[in-house]
Amino acid sequence: MSDLALVAEAFWRGSLGTTSALVSGTLVRAIPLAILGVAIAIAFRAGVFNIGAEGQLLLGAIAATVVGLHVPAGLGMAGLLLALAAGAVAGGAWAGIAALLRARFGVLEVISTIMLNFVALNLLSFLVRGPLQEPTRVYPQTEAIAEGTRLPLLLSDTRLHAGLIIALAVSVAAWWFLARTAAGFRLRAAGASATAAASAGQIDVARVSAWALVASGAIAGLAGGIEVAGVTYALYENLSPGYGFAAIAVAVLARLHPLAVLGTAFLFATFETGALGMQRDAGVPSVVASVLEAVAILLVVAWSGRLSAIRWSWRSTRADRGGAPAASEA
Amino acid sequence: MTPSGSGVHAALEMRGVTKRFAGFAALQEVDISVRAGSVHALLGENGAGKTTLMRIAYGLERRDAGNVFLFGRALGVAHSVRDAVRAEVGMVHQHLSLVGNLSVVENLALGGRGRFRPGEVASTLERVSSESGLRVHPAALARDLGVVEQQRLEILKALSRGARLLILDEPTAVLAPSEIRDLLQWIRAFAKRGGTVVLVTHKLREALAAADDVTVLRRGSVVYSGGAAATNEEELGRTIFPKPPAAAASSEQLRPGDVVVRARDVTIHNARDRPSVRGATFDVHRNEIIGVAAVEGSGHRELLRVLSGRWPVHSGELELPADISLIPADRLREALIPSFDLAENVALRAAGARRGLLSWPAVRGRAAALVEQFAIATRSVRVPVRTLSGGNQQRLVVARELEHDVPLLVADNPTRGLDLRAAMFVHEQLRRAAARGAAVVVHSSDVDEVLALATRVLVVFDGVVSEVPGGGGREAVGRAMLGTT
Repeated sequence: MSDLALVAEAFWRGSLGTTSALVSGTLVRAIPLAILGVAIAIAFRAGVFNIGAEGQLLLGAIAATVVGLHVPAGLGMAGLLLALAAGAVAGGAWAGIAALLRARFGVLEVISTIMLNFVALNLLSFLVRGPLQEPTRVYPQTEAIAEGTRLPLLLSDTRLHAGLIIALAVSVAAWWFLARTAAGFRLRAAGASATAAASAGQIDVARVSAWALVASGAIAGLAGGIEVAGVTYALYENLSPGYGFAAIAVAVLARLHPLAVLGTAFLFATFETGALGMQRDAGVPSVVASVLEAVAILLVVAWSGRLSAIRWSWRSTRADRGGAPAASEA
Repeated sequence: MTPSGSGVHAALEMRGVTKRFAGFAALQEVDISVRAGSVHALLGENGAGKTTLMRIAYGLERRDAGNVFLFGRALGVAHSVRDAVRAEVGMVHQHLSLVGNLSVVENLALGGRGRFRPGEVASTLERVSSESGLRVHPAALARDLGVVEQQRLEILKALSRGARLLILDEPTAVLAPSEIRDLLQWIRAFAKRGGTVVLVTHKLREALAAADDVTVLRRGSVVYSGGAAATNEEELGRTIFPKPPAAAASSEQLRPGDVVVRARDVTIHNARDRPSVRGATFDVHRNEIIGVAAVEGSGHRELLRVLSGRWPVHSGELELPADISLIPADRLREALIPSFDLAENVALRAAGARRGLLSWPAVRGRAAALVEQFAIATRSVRVPVRTLSGGNQQRLVVARELEHDVPLLVADNPTRGLDLRAAMFVHEQLRRAAARGAAVVVHSSDVDEVLALATRVLVVFDGVVSEVPGGGGREAVGRAMLGTT
């Protein structure tokens, strides 16, 4: 019993129990999860299964680093904005490859985005060992980016950076876009029923899906830029502990709602920092966090029959398998 | 022709078969007897119950009452396809059920048991092919086969399982005239060798060319049954389309206005890039209700899609107005998004062209007004459309498409699945739209509905669009639909 209390205490102290754990650990981890969760929610709402947020994040990180390394000093805030914009553009372009493959050759985005993750990871490995490696050529990483291109800290003596504000803004903007704009409505309609969107709405579904994927990639790329400008200040291989994959669960758990993503991202960040605390202080393997995350997802999926994007994919696979051919005539 | 003497069982015998779908009687006390070694044509218009009857015989559908005998053996109510196959019956569906990515041999093996031995299946294919005279390349992928070969493969599948009775559901719907001739010849030869065929069709000429016996269904009941030699096209045409009772309402007071649609020598290709409509020339005017009559597979679906502005013409000239309303046949797939609420579904119309922001309070106000005006039973405009009944869903579609005065309304089976009251309501709305100045183009599988609504009737037969002169009358329209004029 005392062992269990010890574990629970380690979890608590690692995640929320101390100001530094909460502010420098959990909140900092929640930032990329939230932004990536929004990216994935946008794609899934459009019926596009973007599994490549991890790769898009890495491309965003690469682009932001390149800008951060080369931007002339004295640009100030503009240098930072340039770096983040470069991250978003790179992520969008990376997703654009999958969008193009889908539009031109009918390649399923599930496959292409997964494959592009590996390409992105290997590209990053190559860059930090080759063209972008730090001058001493000892470590597989880049030099630190210029001071001016780093995100300011929100609280001094913590690691909490201004990316938090960007995450909140991205989430609110995505919600507003989906709920209030004609383009957001088209995106939701195309995802909820491609046939009705095309026929009743006269919506160009292929075009909407392609742009949704590019937008999703751009948001994921922005998350990569923020990670470099706010946390790592440099590019190296293990920049992301699989944020792009955890974010799929974050988005699904939030039922693809951009505002709810903020809550689930914080929850998942808590699981992860808590699990790290358990490992450090109580010797419990941190993979427990994965178990907790999986349980949370299963509970939500079991409770809610309204995950329209997920249900849609189940329905269509069932229809593909096809049982008896349907009666065409009464 | 071999008369079924004592001791020789009919290949298929159905007695007093009744089937209801949600209270609606699709089949009522149907008797049919198919003699072994004969070709039996099963005729009737769309929705007469032909396919349902044959699905019951094949074990795909359960009957509510009646008996089914296959080669003299009684089959239980819950008999399965496996039982039917064991009784040496095979069915080829109107929509072929092949797996495109599998080869001919693999498709043939589907549904078998135990290990898949390609060599054995290939030799079975070879044997059945040479016995039947139907040739298909064994290594080809099913998706690379032409329609004719796909159909052959379906027949070979049935034959390789030992089928002596073949049920062919609308086998000629997808075939070209010369291919139809070949198929009918093959059917005759198959019967000569002792096989039995039930040919489900609504094409009279084919039926009479190939069949020994004919059974006609109308609204789920047998209205004619006898030898093919004892009847002719005209008589059968009258049995399939009898004189209707006088329609309650009529569209007679409508007088045509300006030209809205101008079609000159329009040719339409379907999704598989085959011609579906050839050389169509016609005008549609304001204040008109054009009824489109056709049997399934004639090209009318493609024509309606093009008139609704949702499909391009292949060649020819077509002038359409910019804003066209559409009431599609499949409301839950094409007209509505079931998970969206009523207001969102109202906003869906023409969403492709909208810019900027959406004002949801305004949309909800419009939706609420439509709910009021069209008497749609719902708690609120913010509940998902899937919670509404079919009739109320259709009211919503009609309400949305007629919210503004449009120059052209295209409707495909606008009353499918609706009860009489809801259907009358939809008819009334179509007439009102025409009275307000819209051109209405409506197709229904029910010829009576087309005639009740139309001020002018266009018939599509085998891709050719023609007007039935002088308003037509039921018999003339029926003959034109079957290509027997």
